Amino acid sequence: MNPVVQVKDLETTFFLKSGPFKAVNRISYEINQGETLGIVGESGCGKSVTSFSLMKLIEKPGMVTNGEFLLNGRNILTLKDREIEDVRGGQMAMIFQEPMTALNPVLTIGYQMDEQIKKHLRLSDQDSRDRAIEMLQLVGIPSAKERYAAYPHQLSGGMRQRAMIAMALSCNPKFLIADEPTTALDVTIQAQILELFQSLQEKMNMTVQFITHDLGVISEVSDKMMVMYGGQTCEMGPTQDIINSPAHPYTAALILSRPQHGHRVERLRTIEGSVPAPHELPKGCPFANRCPNVLADCWTIKPPRLPITGKPGRTLACFNPL
Amino acid sequence: MLTFILRRFFQTIVVIVILSYVCFGLMNLMPGDPVELMISANPRITQEDVTRLREFYGLDQPVYKRYFAWVSDISTGDLGYSRTYRIPVTEMMLPALLATFILSMASLIFSLIVAIPLGILCALKPNSKVDYAVNLFSFAGISVPSFWLGIVLIIIFAVNLGWLPAGGYQTTGMQYSSWFAEMMDKGKYLILPMVSLSIQSIGRFSRFTRSAMLEAMRNDFIRTAKAKGLSNQVVIWKHGFRNALIPLITIIAISFSSIFSGALITETLFAYPGVGRLIYSSIIGNDFNVAMVSFVISVSMVLLMSLVSDILYGVVDPRISYK
Repeated sequence: MNPVVQVKDLETTFFLKSGPFKAVNRISYEINQGETLGIVGESGCGKSVTSFSLMKLIEKPGMVTNGEFLLNGRNILTLKDREIEDVRGGQMAMIFQEPMTALNPVLTIGYQMDEQIKKHLRLSDQDSRDRAIEMLQLVGIPSAKERYAAYPHQLSGGMRQRAMIAMALSCNPKFLIADEPTTALDVTIQAQILELFQSLQEKMNMTVQFITHDLGVISEVSDKMMVMYGGQTCEMGPTQDIINSPAHPYTAALILSRPQHGHRVERLRTIEGSVPAPHELPKGCPFANRCPNVLADCWTIKPPRLPITGKPGRTLACFNPL
Repeated sequence: MLTFILRRFFQTIVVIVILSYVCFGLMNLMPGDPVELMISANPRITQEDVTRLREFYGLDQPVYKRYFAWVSDISTGDLGYSRTYRIPVTEMMLPALLATFILSMASLIFSLIVAIPLGILCALKPNSKVDYAVNLFSFAGISVPSFWLGIVLIIIFAVNLGWLPAGGYQTTGMQYSSWFAEMMDKGKYLILPMVSLSIQSIGRFSRFTRSAMLEAMRNDFIRTAKAKGLSNQVVIWKHGFRNALIPLITIIAISFSSIFSGALITETLFAYPGVGRLIYSSIIGNDFNVAMVSFVISVSMVLLMSLVSDILYGVVDPRISYK
């Protein structure tokens, strides 16, 4: 069976005054039907830019400069504006980070759902209203009929994110991109939303790309994960496998800086140094300046991403793994 | 909502009363009173006559008493007589008011029709050639004084090209065969004053539309709208402009007062028989009754527009509730 999502050598460049900057630098991955790929990395590593590139939502001065994205075998990145409008929100949907600002404050929840449903499912006013209310019920919004007529400011943060999810799922997408959907919520709501998310994914057999910087969330929701740094893939493989035995020094450092349950420490561990500015990225591995295992070659030669022998399904881009 | 409107309406009335009293007081400070006008018209008048007349008209009373007398007359619908034209103020006020209202409204609508698409165009392509061109035009429009522009327009379109009349309200002695013919004729007279009155607001509105729209299009929900697969036009108008409208309404409402006061100068320039020209001539001519009523009406107009904008806020922005 072919994977639903195939991303090949995706490269997105921002043409800034200081020079071109590759926010996403030739990354490739595949996601199978019903599978969830988790993408982790710190702020600015290119995880959101990757998602926006797939949705063709990159705006000037940014541009997808290389690669292709096949959704069920169809290359999305070469579609014309009109054609991409039919795909977005239909076969492919996206949930955003900020439920507070991602909904239009002057339109009702119902209106915002209807315009998407009418566009893609071509339903009548009444049917689309029924569909919207059904979706709101599905995501666990109480008294959905009243909420349908409510404005975003009349809903709490968690409810708004539920409404966002209902909206994204309203047209039965094959592929869903969730860009840090729980980051802006408090922990209890976070757990509820994650649970809802997983049950809906199973019910609808969706293929999901889940972006987060929270390793705890990733290990809960994803089958496989990809660790990104400086616009490049560090390593990829089955989630539990990577968390239990990270191979890339960056992944290991990320896992170590997590607070441990039951261990009180003076200070949490951090990764020494900081992400280099775009034009200061080393020619070789982007992590070279902060890596404890750095070799001379790391500065000048980009480590290729290769399968790890003896560990099925895992790939790694590092000259000196753990 | 209704209580809010009633409360704001009551506030508006209070402000009108206070301002009219201030204005009444200021009028009183002006040199000359009606009796002095009579003296200059009839040099044989005696000092006794003057005292008698002052008493007869109540001019020997203190300001506040005369103000109350004026208010009680006004409230019964008696606006007094114009001393200059010797007809009731109501009779000359209504057509003038209508003329000014038509001019201001035409100018407001015209400037919105021109400025909003220009502003949106600029916001969608910031720092493009179109943006710079509109920007240049806007600043020129804001900077050019309307009386100068009016004269230039008259020279070009009325004197040199002869396309449009230089001033007036309608062709003198014209018998209209239909309301359409009447509208066409009056419309011809309206164009030049409307354009010269509008240039400034076009500049201002297009600048504000540009920044409000830029701001609105930067919101996260614009990205959501695009991610839903909505077409560009729907994203721009339904999601972008709908939000840009909120700050725009304030500017438009505030601008109405400046369009109204701008009409004062423009009407004089184009010999257009509106309230502006009436205020001017009544103040110069010591025509107190006319001046007071014109003033109260102008103030009410401006306050009414701000009331309308407050109500519109609630309509446009659901986050504002009037309780």
